[in-house]
Amino acid sequence: MGRLKTLVRNEAGTPPLAGGHSLCQGCGVPLVVRVVLDSITTPKVVINATGCLEVATTRYPTTAWNVPWLHVAFENAAAAASGVESAYRALRKQGRLADELTFVVFAGDGGTYDIGLQALSGALERGHRFVFVCYDNEAYMNTGIQRSGATPFGASTTTSPAGLESFGKAQQRKDMTAIAVAHHIPYVAQAAGSFWHDLSVKVEQAAAASGPAFLNVLSDCPLGWGHDAKLGPEVGRLAVETRFWPLYDVVDGAYRLTHDVPKPRPVAEWLRPQARFAHLFRDGGERLVAEIQRRVDDDWSSLVARCAAQR
Amino acid sequence: MTVLTSAKLLTGGEAVAHAMRQVNPDVVPVYPITPQTPIIETFAKLAAAGLADAEIVNVESEHSAMSAAVGAALAGARTMTATSSQGLALMAEVVYIAASMRAPVVMAVGNRALSGPINIHCDHSDAMLVRDSGCVQLFAQDAQEAYDLMVMAPRIAERGDVLLPVLVGLDGFTVTHLAEPVELLPDEAVREFVGEYSIPHSLLGGDVTTHGPFAMPDSYFELKVGQARALDCALHAFAEVAHEFAELSGRKLGVLDAYRLEDAGRAIVLLGSTAGTVKDVVDELRAQEEEVGVLAIRSFRPFPRGEIRAALEWLDEAAVLDRALSPGAFAPLYAEIAAATYNTDLHLRSHVYGLGGRDLLPEHIRAVFAGTAPDFPGLRWDA
Repeated sequence: MGRLKTLVRNEAGTPPLAGGHSLCQGCGVPLVVRVVLDSITTPKVVINATGCLEVATTRYPTTAWNVPWLHVAFENAAAAASGVESAYRALRKQGRLADELTFVVFAGDGGTYDIGLQALSGALERGHRFVFVCYDNEAYMNTGIQRSGATPFGASTTTSPAGLESFGKAQQRKDMTAIAVAHHIPYVAQAAGSFWHDLSVKVEQAAAASGPAFLNVLSDCPLGWGHDAKLGPEVGRLAVETRFWPLYDVVDGAYRLTHDVPKPRPVAEWLRPQARFAHLFRDGGERLVAEIQRRVDDDWSSLVARCAAQR
Repeated sequence: MTVLTSAKLLTGGEAVAHAMRQVNPDVVPVYPITPQTPIIETFAKLAAAGLADAEIVNVESEHSAMSAAVGAALAGARTMTATSSQGLALMAEVVYIAASMRAPVVMAVGNRALSGPINIHCDHSDAMLVRDSGCVQLFAQDAQEAYDLMVMAPRIAERGDVLLPVLVGLDGFTVTHLAEPVELLPDEAVREFVGEYSIPHSLLGGDVTTHGPFAMPDSYFELKVGQARALDCALHAFAEVAHEFAELSGRKLGVLDAYRLEDAGRAIVLLGSTAGTVKDVVDELRAQEEEVGVLAIRSFRPFPRGEIRAALEWLDEAAVLDRALSPGAFAPLYAEIAAATYNTDLHLRSHVYGLGGRDLLPEHIRAVFAGTAPDFPGLRWDA
């Protein structure tokens, strides 16, 4: 458990993200932020998209951040980070900056999959060296649980509500991790806040990468998912153990499962504790649960094939 | 006649690129758009030849250009960029944020009409879109002024009591693409004039800083007022920087350019390159004993209302020429001139001209001075 000791040591004294912020009880995001920042050994600079994390940690004139932190807007975190990283390279080249720094971008799924996708794609293509962390809680939680490109099929949100004529979101979620891989960047990984050890190892690799790194990290939202606050880590574990959210990384294009799930639990076990899927367990929902299971199985097979192809 | 000893034949766009080369910014995020593109192309070529050190960031949109510029400027790097029209419209969100975050980015704006219908030619509707962003907004009349203002801009932007973006407008095609003799200062003189870039609490400067927090009703108001006060400080900053620049270059630029106004009875008030044509017509009418003059506004933001009032209040008549519409309201420059000269005996008229690159000919200007331009050029309202 050397890694845990390192994380604890890095949290001691002046933690990068201090307590006292106003993120909800049971929110998975601060756990992700702390594991990410505590796993990086160099001094860090954080660039944050508009969203829950930004709003809950920086109400003027207070701040929960003990590291240099920048927020510009919602859709442009990767572009702002491009500017910061370019400034860093310019100043280093001129000998005006001695420190080796790691740039970490935090954005939610809205700021990554949807409104932030163009800026992210541009930055990945240009090769800016930063670690982009999407804390993916599968909807626009900050504005009150609206569906996003990351919201899974069948989830009820305030803009895709389940009702007599609706079973919630009718479309599949985007495969954002695959989109990142398509940019041919040196490191891409899918992780979950509930698997902190796996996440921490990936952060270390991401920070050491020679170019941009992208981490898509599943993070629970008790309010938006509709589960008991104390069940956050448990729900996050079920996402992985049902193969709904596989943990893997892609190093220079080579896929690797970082947490095999040889005996998956039925996807219904991940869906059931969450109120956003409650309508799937009423009359007529079996068909939809079966549909979700089929897609989870297909996605897993295709991921395993990609991993095997590169052995 | 002035003898230009070191003049080069340059387009306004090239002149701006040379100003950028001499200022030697650390970061230049760029995205192409007509008629600004020659600026970033020329600068890229100069940098490729080893004549500028900037990290050029070829972003994927103007929204990202300004976002990267804000990040770079606050990180501690001198940052310049350029845009036009739809590009300015796309980045408008971040232009406001740049001002509120007090990021001293310098940006050339090749002024161009806004869509729709799409049109690549000059007018000032793009500049008017961001007039309330909190940025300093300057208008050049020709390539020389575009160069001069781009050299002065970093000094104004980076002053401790200002710390705001400076937008230098140069009329699309009329200035960006027209070759004129431009006197460049020696490279070392410009480097020394702009000095080292330094802002308080830069992101990479070693301080633990939080840039861009959110503000509730208990603080937002004060922060916006503070920002507006900083913009007011830019008037004084402009004067100081212009004074130093005049010592260096022999060219004295005021926030206003009053031409043959001191003994005039009638004047035209306007922004940008059309001032040159109007000055020619003024010379011609003066030869016919007509008491006419021009007031060209160089600093549109901050708006030098006191100086404008002092320059115009004793005239009989002034016609304000706007190269932008404010549909459903008075034309933007006219409305501001009317407010600045309120309660004087000045009779004001408003003309909108040159939208989407429509030419304004000397005969139109003569008609404006004669008061016989009822429906042309463009629209007219009598106050």
